[in-house]
Formats: sequence, structure tokens, C-alpha cells
Amino acid sequence: MSTSQKTLEALANRDYKWGFVSDIEADTLPPGLNEDVIRAISAKKAEPEFMLQWRLKAYRHWSKLERAAGEPKWANVTYPPIDYQKIVYYSAPKRQGEGPASLDEVDPKLLETFEKLGVPLAERKLLAGVAVDAVFDSVSVATTFKDKLAELGIIFGSFSEAVQNHPELVQKYLGSVVPYTDNFYAALNSAVFTDGSFCYIPKGVRCPMELSTYFRINAAKSGQFERTLIVAEEGSYVSYLEGCTAPMRDENQLHAAVVELIAHERAQIKYSTVQNWYAGDAEGRGGIFNFVTKRGKCAGRAARISWTQVETGSAITWKYPSVILQGDDSVGEFYSVALTANRQQADTGTKMLHIGKNTRSTIISKGISAGRGNNTYRGLVRISPRAANARNYTQCDSLLLGDRCGAHTFPYIEVGNASSVAEHEASTSKISDEQLFYCKQRGLSTENAVSMIVNGFCKEVFKNLPMEFAVEATKLLGVSLEGSIG
Amino acid sequence: MLNVRNLSVGVDGKAILRNLNLDVRAGEVHAVMGPNGSGKSTLAQALAGHPAYTVTGGEVTYLGRDLLAMPPEERARAGLFLAFQYPIEIAGVSNAAFLKAAINEMRAARGQEELDAMEMLEVLEKKLALVDMDRSFLSRPVNEGFSGGEKKRNEILQMAVLEPKLAILDETDSGLDIDALKIVAQGVNSLRRPDNAIILVTHYQRILNYVEPDRVHVLFDGRIVKSAGKELALELERKGYDWIKEQPAPVQPAA
Repeated sequence: MSTSQKTLEALANRDYKWGFVSDIEADTLPPGLNEDVIRAISAKKAEPEFMLQWRLKAYRHWSKLERAAGEPKWANVTYPPIDYQKIVYYSAPKRQGEGPASLDEVDPKLLETFEKLGVPLAERKLLAGVAVDAVFDSVSVATTFKDKLAELGIIFGSFSEAVQNHPELVQKYLGSVVPYTDNFYAALNSAVFTDGSFCYIPKGVRCPMELSTYFRINAAKSGQFERTLIVAEEGSYVSYLEGCTAPMRDENQLHAAVVELIAHERAQIKYSTVQNWYAGDAEGRGGIFNFVTKRGKCAGRAARISWTQVETGSAITWKYPSVILQGDDSVGEFYSVALTANRQQADTGTKMLHIGKNTRSTIISKGISAGRGNNTYRGLVRISPRAANARNYTQCDSLLLGDRCGAHTFPYIEVGNASSVAEHEASTSKISDEQLFYCKQRGLSTENAVSMIVNGFCKEVFKNLPMEFAVEATKLLGVSLEGSIG
Repeated sequence: MLNVRNLSVGVDGKAILRNLNLDVRAGEVHAVMGPNGSGKSTLAQALAGHPAYTVTGGEVTYLGRDLLAMPPEERARAGLFLAFQYPIEIAGVSNAAFLKAAINEMRAARGQEELDAMEMLEVLEKKLALVDMDRSFLSRPVNEGFSGGEKKRNEILQMAVLEPKLAILDETDSGLDIDALKIVAQGVNSLRRPDNAIILVTHYQRILNYVEPDRVHVLFDGRIVKSAGKELALELERKGYDWIKEQPAPVQPAA
């Protein structure tokens, strides 16, 4: 192994700054999953009957899948079997009385936790221009700028509140893009999801600030099953960002979320993720299993949905943010950076399903593998026979740091008519000794050189992130790769 | 400034430089010439600390320090600059970002404060003019999509910005048309000061029409076989390298 390779190996060992545990009293259901647990979750949230029935249908479907074949096995990842009866499906910080009416009533320990994570919720410290919904374990604990957004008719807050206050919207759209029958984890999520964010942008409204949800797993042995639903009415615009962290624990924790986006005619939804769940240690102990279903539907003409993801955390990532391009002239985009270091595994990509005419999609995927990380891009571009003049451009680039990591690409392209065009470009590269030497000859340390080269590799994706978060993402990659040199 | 004593260097187990001696004083410009395969680039790369070049013997003192004990970035921070024969591309990193990182590393090494974006731009603008480049050059990714001549000018820009104490130019003149050659020469001449030194590694005499060397060395078979004043370059131009091969190797170089 050359010196520079050894250095790269060392760089791949990462410090996780968000691994602390908050000591917060929780209201927790015992581990295990059955219909009673689902009834208990629904009752705790005082849900209307339609929700309970939907959950139960999802649960029965999931049980059938579990008995038949269990979880899907096709992904290019390996992990020990998950015992779903050992997971805690509901854990919420205990509330004093009726629950917080304002931020002043939120448990200060919770506020402290989010402040430590760089997500201040207290009014005086709010992030300018960003409204935040903070989800702690199973529930949303606070949402900022809610009233200001309400003046424009924008609904932004926890999923639970939406079920109470806007049941008609929830009933109309819940499961309309990701039905509970979609896949194993979507079925599980539909049965047991406990909270998440809900966002509704009325016709013609341009949301004046970034909306953001920050997810935090705290309790041990618990899973996080949240659900996000964003509806953008005709001609509206919203940019949305989610971030996530979890404590460092030796056992794996399951995160199985579902995100559904609906963009009506000429509406635009930009959805950005900076995923930084605990990744496990250098030997692969612990870390989050991140099994997530994300899908958007361009329901109307000329709608536009963009997914941008920076995936640096989790022991295993299994997610394919997709777009159903139903409306004519609609546009789907997927920009992704996935970093796997140590023993992390990622099988991630997208699906672009072209149904409408003149639909367009762009896929830019950047995979970075370090240490013994294993990174897989898996993507489907399906152009239906009636999607005349559809276009897709796909670019998959892999960067290998060291000689014990892996990069894989599985592109599936199905074109059903003769007027459409699908392009696919792919590359695999290493940081060469020549590049490192060139940077060092200009005085850069190995760390700074690697960080600069990696960031350059990711530039096409980072430029699609909202400004503040692009800076965060750049730092995050820097932090992820620095640390243990020297 | 630089004293090379009996330097031997190999690549992949093959000996390239054998007991090479060279002395460069502040204020001097040295030309190292020689036929292909004589070890010119190996000398340049070994002085800069390229990991593929293994030093098998000898000593190098640079500004009173043991150069061979310093990692490449330390050598750079101590003011040793190598203009690469084949400049490396770095996708997605702008020239400006690259230069900013380099300048600030150098400044940090000298105990100076980092330059902010505005100060940086001011410095860069001045140096751009020197190599006849416009501002758009700064936003392009490092060497990516550059023509051969642009890459070489970019090396000179970096050199001008970093203001090294010892600049080693590895065949920066090869493959350049006459206009680009003049620009490169102008860049080199602007760096010429009593307190720094330049080593021009070159195959051809023509750059020496624009940059007048104090000493010319002929490298052959891993050794410096002849050292003289600038007239040696003209002689080489006239006679080629073959007659040099007949010369006996000097036991000790002219200091």
C-alpha cells in the first residue's frame, strides 16, 4: 500500500460529533409489533378512524410480506437479519400536561439538544430565512415561523397536527404517491409511522423561506418511522430541507421513512437532504439502517420536482428518491452525493418514470467510497410508450479513496417509444498520487488536498443545494474525511 | 541556497541520477539542459519530493535545512516551487479556490494572516496581467480543458502568485509557440530578484534567448557532465548533445 493510500485510509476514519445522548424522560411503548401496538399508536395520537383503518391495512399487508419473503434482498448490501419484534415503535419525550402551546413550554433539554445540533429553536436565535420542524424520536417537538407562514396560507408543521387540523388533505394525499403496498418498508412505515412533517403550499404562492425538518433519534432500541407529505398547488414553489443525526450506539437502529411530494400544474418542489445519521464505528459496529422510500409526483403539466441529497451517514443506506413524470412537460431532477467510509454501505439512486409527453429528467450521481465502504448507484429510467419526446440525461461518477472500497453502478433504462432520448454517462476515478502531489507542491496538506478534490468532485451536486446548506454540506464532507491524520 | 551533494535517485528500482552535484546561490538563474532520458525531470521531481522518486544516496541542503527530510508540502511552504512539465487537472475546483488555498497555506507557514476574498482578488488581478490572462481564467477548474499553452501559463501564474524562493521549471518552455514562450519568459524574469533563484530545466536553448542564465549545466546519464556560462547553451544549440557524451565527467562541479 502506498503512503498516500495509507493516508487516505486514515482520513476515512471519521469522528462523529453528533453522537451524544440526551437524558430526556420518554413515554415509550414496549418493543414488538402487532395490531394492538398499532391501535395504541393511533389512540395516543387521537387519530380519526380512517387513519387507524389505513394503518391496519398496511400492517396486514406488511405481515403478509414478512411471512412470505421478508425484507427485500436485491440491494447490494449485507447485514444481519432484523428482528422486528425487538424494535420500539413509539418513543416520545414526556409532556408536561397538554403539550407545548408555544416554544416557551418545550422542555429546555429538548431545546438544548437541538441547539447543540446547530438547529436553534428558541425565537431569539432562529435561523434567518429557514422555518424548522424538529422531530425527536417519534414526535415533532416544535415548529418555527408557523404563524408567519400561515399568513400566506402555507401549512407547515407536524404530521400529527395535520391529521387533527386538516384531515381532508391528509386523507386525499396520504399514500397517493407511495401506497402502503409499494414495498416492505413503506408498508411498515404506513402501519407504525408516528410523526413527520406536513407542508401545503396554496395555489400561486411562492414560499418565502426554506422549510426544514430536523430529525433526531435519541432513544435506544427504538426505530424512527416518520412520514413527510408535501403538496404544492398550481403555480406554487417551495424549497424544503431535511437533516438528521443520531447518538452513537453499538446496536443498529432502524429508520424507515416515507416521503411523498405532489406538485400540481406548474408547481415546483425542491427537496434537499443532508443525511448524517450515525454511521457505525470503524469495525462496522452500530449505526443506522436507513431504509427510506421517497417519491414525488409531477401531477400536473409543467410541474417540477428536484431531489438533492448528500448522504454521508448511516451504516446502510437504501433509498431511491424518484419522480413520476405524469404531467406533460414536467421535469424531474436527482442530484446525489453519497459517501461511504469505514464499513458503510449505500445502495442508492433514483427512478424517473416518464409518462407525460415532453417530460425531461436529469440524474447526477456522485459516489465516494473510502475505507471499506461500498457504494452502489441503482437507477431506473422508464419512458412509457405514450411519453413522446421524453428526455433523460444520466451521469454517474464514482470516486475511490484507497484500495479496499467498492463502487458499483446498476443503471436500468427502458425506452418505450422512438421519439425519446436517454443518455447515460459514467466514470470511475481515484484520487491519483499525481493530484495529491500537485496539491502538496502548492503547500496543501494531504487533508486539505483530499477535501478539495472531493469537494470539486461533488460540485455539480452542491450547487443545487440552498446556499446555507451548500456551505454545511461542504463542511460536512470536510469533517467526514478529516480527523485522524497524523 | 541549494546545495546538492552526490545525489542518487531511482524510479521503480532503476537508477536515474548518480552522484549528482549542483550548487545554486540566491540571485542566480541556472539552466539544466540535456538530451531526453538524461534525468532532468527526475532531478526536478526529486527536489520537490515526488513519492515515486526514491533517493538512494546523497544530501540536499536548502536554505540551511535538510531538504530530503522534509515532506513535499513543507518544501513548498519553505518557498520551493515546481512548475510541472505536465500540470495536473483537478475537476470542479476553480483556479481561484486552488490559488486561495495555496496562498493561505503559504501565509500560515510564514505566520501571516489569511487573505480575505477581496484582498485575494486584488493580488490575483495583478498577477493575471503578467501572464496575459483575464479574470475568467480564475473561475475555470484547475487545468481542466486548458490548452497546452494555457496550462504552462497557469503554472507561471501560480509561481507569480506564490513568490517562491527557489523556482524549478520543468520543461515549461516545451510545446509553446513563440508568444506563449515570451509570456513564460516574462513571468520568469519578473521573479528574478537578488533574494531568490531559478532552475530552468529545458531541452532547448530558445527560452535562454529571453531568460539569461548565470550558469548552464549539461546533464547526461544521471550526472552533470559540463557546467559553464550562458555561452554553453549556444554551443549545445549548434553542436547538439552528441559531443557532450565524449566528455569525461567532472569529479567535482564548479561551485
